[in-house]
Amino acid sequence: MRINICSVAVDDQARALRFYTEILGFQTKHDIPMGEHRWITLVSPEDPGGTELALEPDEHPAVRPFKSALVEDGIPFTSFAVQDIAAEHERLESLGVRFTQPPVDYGTVIAAVFDDTCGNLIQIAQEKGES
Amino acid sequence: MDDLYRAIADPTRRAILDELVERDGQSLYELCGRLTMKHGIGSSRQAISQHLEVLESAGLVEVRREGRYKFHWFNGQPLRAIAERWPTDRNGA
Repeated sequence: MRINICSVAVDDQARALRFYTEILGFQTKHDIPMGEHRWITLVSPEDPGGTELALEPDEHPAVRPFKSALVEDGIPFTSFAVQDIAAEHERLESLGVRFTQPPVDYGTVIAAVFDDTCGNLIQIAQEKGES
Repeated sequence: MDDLYRAIADPTRRAILDELVERDGQSLYELCGRLTMKHGIGSSRQAISQHLEVLESAGLVEVRREGRYKFHWFNGQPLRAIAERWPTDRNGA
């Protein structure tokens, strides 16, 4: 068994695809029409054969209250690894991305949290000693 | 006033105030991360949330909503009452 896909529930698949590719820089691996929605998965250009991120519609009635509660408390839904968090924070802010937490140094890791514009907060983290 | 003394009597609540003085306007998530990683305080988010309510009712923390987010801000104003009651600049005359 291995982990090949993880997913994030988004309120608008088209907007999510734009944000996750154009702003974050991921690449589309699959984009298949599925009735009124699409099966969209992305990969990192740093690891094109690696774990895929699925952008799933969040229309189940339980999902949006769950997402709102997390966002209210500043809790990220998932986390991505970066090499240089200071540079990435600056790059994303210059593109208009809203951070609810600037890079905070926790000792072994530095982490920041931003809004993905699709109803989620996402963490980016740099393991120290990596950059 | 009892609320104020009770609020600052607890070491976790004092650590929360320390972290807000270092960086004001934090989410619950950021605060919990700082308390765990910097102070070794492994309390649950619910427990920290309750500590924040005690600080809020003492007037030491303000909660402000910005859109869908909720941030916590330090307010040192209530501490003045302590210095006024027992002046810090008076020598034991």
